[in-house]
Amino acid sequence: MPEQSTLSQLKSSPWVNVGARFLALIIVFMFFALFVEDGKFYTLRNLENIVRQSSVYATAALGMTFVIITAGIDLSVGSIIALAVVVVAWTLNIQVEGANGELVYMVHQYPFATPLLACVLAIGASTLVGLLNGALIVRLKIVPFIVTLGSMGIIRGLAKGISSERDIYPPEETWIGALMDPTLTNQAKSWMLLPPGVWILVFCIAIASFILKYTRFGRHVYAIGSNEETARLCGVPVGRTKIIVYGLTGFFCALAGFMQFSYIGGVGQPTTGVMYELFVIAAVIIGGASFSGGEGSILGTIVGALIITILYMGGQQIGWPKWVQEMVIGGIIILAVAVDRLRHRKLA
Amino acid sequence: MSGISKRFGATQALKRVDLSIFPGEILALLGENGAGKSTLMKIISGAHTPDEGTLRLDGEPYEPTNPMHARESGIAMIYQELSLAPHLSVMENILLGIEPSRRGLVSWKAMRSRAQEAMQAVGLEAIDRGTPVLKLSIAQQQLVEIARAVALECRVLVLDEPTSSLAKKDIETLFELVNALSSRGISIIYISHFLEEVKTLSDRYTVLRDGERVGSGVTEESTEFEIIAKMVGRDMSDLYPRSEHAPSDIVLEATRVSGIRKPLNASFQLRKGEVFGIAGLAGAGRTELIEALFGLEPIASGEVRLEAYSGTATPKLRWEQGMGLVSEDRKTQGLALGLSIADNITLPKLDDMGAGRLVFPKRQESASESWIEQIPIKCQSARQPVSALSGGNQQKVAIARLLHAGVDILLLDEPTRGIDVASKAQVYSLIDSLARGDAENQVEPKAILLISSYLPELLGTCDRIAVMSRGRLSEARPVAEWDEHSLMEVAIGQETENA
Repeated sequence: MPEQSTLSQLKSSPWVNVGARFLALIIVFMFFALFVEDGKFYTLRNLENIVRQSSVYATAALGMTFVIITAGIDLSVGSIIALAVVVVAWTLNIQVEGANGELVYMVHQYPFATPLLACVLAIGASTLVGLLNGALIVRLKIVPFIVTLGSMGIIRGLAKGISSERDIYPPEETWIGALMDPTLTNQAKSWMLLPPGVWILVFCIAIASFILKYTRFGRHVYAIGSNEETARLCGVPVGRTKIIVYGLTGFFCALAGFMQFSYIGGVGQPTTGVMYELFVIAAVIIGGASFSGGEGSILGTIVGALIITILYMGGQQIGWPKWVQEMVIGGIIILAVAVDRLRHRKLA
Repeated sequence: MSGISKRFGATQALKRVDLSIFPGEILALLGENGAGKSTLMKIISGAHTPDEGTLRLDGEPYEPTNPMHARESGIAMIYQELSLAPHLSVMENILLGIEPSRRGLVSWKAMRSRAQEAMQAVGLEAIDRGTPVLKLSIAQQQLVEIARAVALECRVLVLDEPTSSLAKKDIETLFELVNALSSRGISIIYISHFLEEVKTLSDRYTVLRDGERVGSGVTEESTEFEIIAKMVGRDMSDLYPRSEHAPSDIVLEATRVSGIRKPLNASFQLRKGEVFGIAGLAGAGRTELIEALFGLEPIASGEVRLEAYSGTATPKLRWEQGMGLVSEDRKTQGLALGLSIADNITLPKLDDMGAGRLVFPKRQESASESWIEQIPIKCQSARQPVSALSGGNQQKVAIARLLHAGVDILLLDEPTRGIDVASKAQVYSLIDSLARGDAENQVEPKAILLISSYLPELLGTCDRIAVMSRGRLSEARPVAEWDEHSLMEVAIGQETENA
């Protein structure tokens, strides 16, 4: 008996969990590295592209990890990203009265402060809709799936409304638009090593991991997901914690929105980020979180986001038609969860 | 049935039990909670397979492999928790799974006539058969379940505590129906705690205790006293350590507390340094009472006073006021099974685990380790998930949580349910030492409210005991004035009629 339980302890250790996912990541990477022609897959430019693309998913997935650990779900993340993108572009297009009474773009007068204002507004709007999601879930006692299915539409509509259903082109390139510009393949910027947006992600990974592991809020998130009744019994403010979790998702979606804004070339596209919720949820699930709550880790989620991106981009480069790509990604999601279930059954 | 045995892991749930029933007979199956009644019924209905022994139905060997098989053989079960599809109509519920059909198409005409027939048999003809079941009262829903059994043309009908949620008038209707069904030749196994019901209804009775058949007889020839004696008759062992407790100030006072349905006007006082027991049967309202005290259930009327405070309560506030609860069901309520021991122990009080709102797992672990040693909890490390522990050790984690939070009032709801004897003994001595306190090390005595269905446990550990029966709490009396017979008498409602 003791041997068995040591084994089970080993199997349930977080290091084995994340380690197994790193292994999966390496296998997926090796596959494309071997089969994409002429070693194009592991060129510096391509690796950088993978990191840039996965950053958008990964940043949004940070918030989703919190949500899924509480046994919730947020389908509105793609829409919130679009909202942030549109709010940024809209702010960059604000016109003010110039010195001679004529209208000038604010961004021309304050080339640094205007993008900052854009960020503040986008973060404010995104966090607010996230908090509203949470408040509806908690106060009206509606399941998260339904609330966020509804708000997915509402927020997408809001983004389209702000932009009058057109792409918004800012009058000037700004530092937000340059957040995700390539660095390694650009001599002038190579001192940064990674694009600034990716550095933001790295910073957020550290913060989010810290919050989950070392704060009271983080322990409450796990407790609610593992057993909400127990959490309530132990005096955990269940409602408040859940609302904050959805607000946090909104916040991270705003950051993902900045990256997306830059990645698509500094345009305020209200139709961007469609279907991203699925990639983001898939990243979290592949990363080892369980829909029934109580499990999940930030590091796992990041690995999950990388796996999804590599499958997506590798599939394109290997020359698979779109339909094969979609089937492969779908299959991998089911496979990942099935393996997890099997492992759990063995543990029990 | 003869010589039926069943083990679950280390627990012997049934030991060579014999049971027989004749056509058209009403057999009462009696026993305390955990005596093995449910296990026995699950074997009859095919949900469990016995380890040894045989079942015969009309002389033929009967080996049900699953509940569907049992139904097809003519054995219908009606559980305490009704199993109806609330959104479907009365008719669809009655014929669920046995819809008359031709080549896969449901024959609505046949359905209507068969449903109507069954509804008439149980006295439901006044209700429209198209009504969704959720619009019916509990009593009517139960009749729908019985109608389902009738439509199945069952020969044996098992009723598990059918009156626990019924009003007096509905109970009478049910009794008439049960008698009518038995006169149609249906054999009825009637499981109940309530002796008066058994006396009025049954032809014969069988008593189970600790998984063994300890008695049976013809109901008319036995007195209630005899039956009670068979249900409880155990010796008290020296499982229960008892030292001098010195009850002092009142720390918790409930005055005429009523919940939504239960409890009804419950009043009691709990003193520092005493173990106060609440006896009663499952479903009597004991759990509802302490959940109301703890702020988990609303209080409809009455007052709960904790020292100077008497306002509304939430669990968070109660923890801060020094009250903690170990809930009855550790799996669904009490513990976050997937999380570590350290997480579970420290959850209500994460204050000292780091500066400000920070929580350091290392500190959670070291804080938990001291409890793991003191209680003691058998585990490999504080990082182990609670799901890996035995039931007894899980329960000790739930109690350690209260000690970690430093509460003065412990509400314990069935703290020894489903755990092994060694762990039970540890829990009892823990309860005793908490109530005693430790003057040398300046550990204040604590106040303990203990709910239990296991009478020897209450008599062995408590200083005072009150009994709850159908939502009403009796007067508390010192333990010396109670014995198992008197507790059982009050619990099954012998005295409440006059009180």
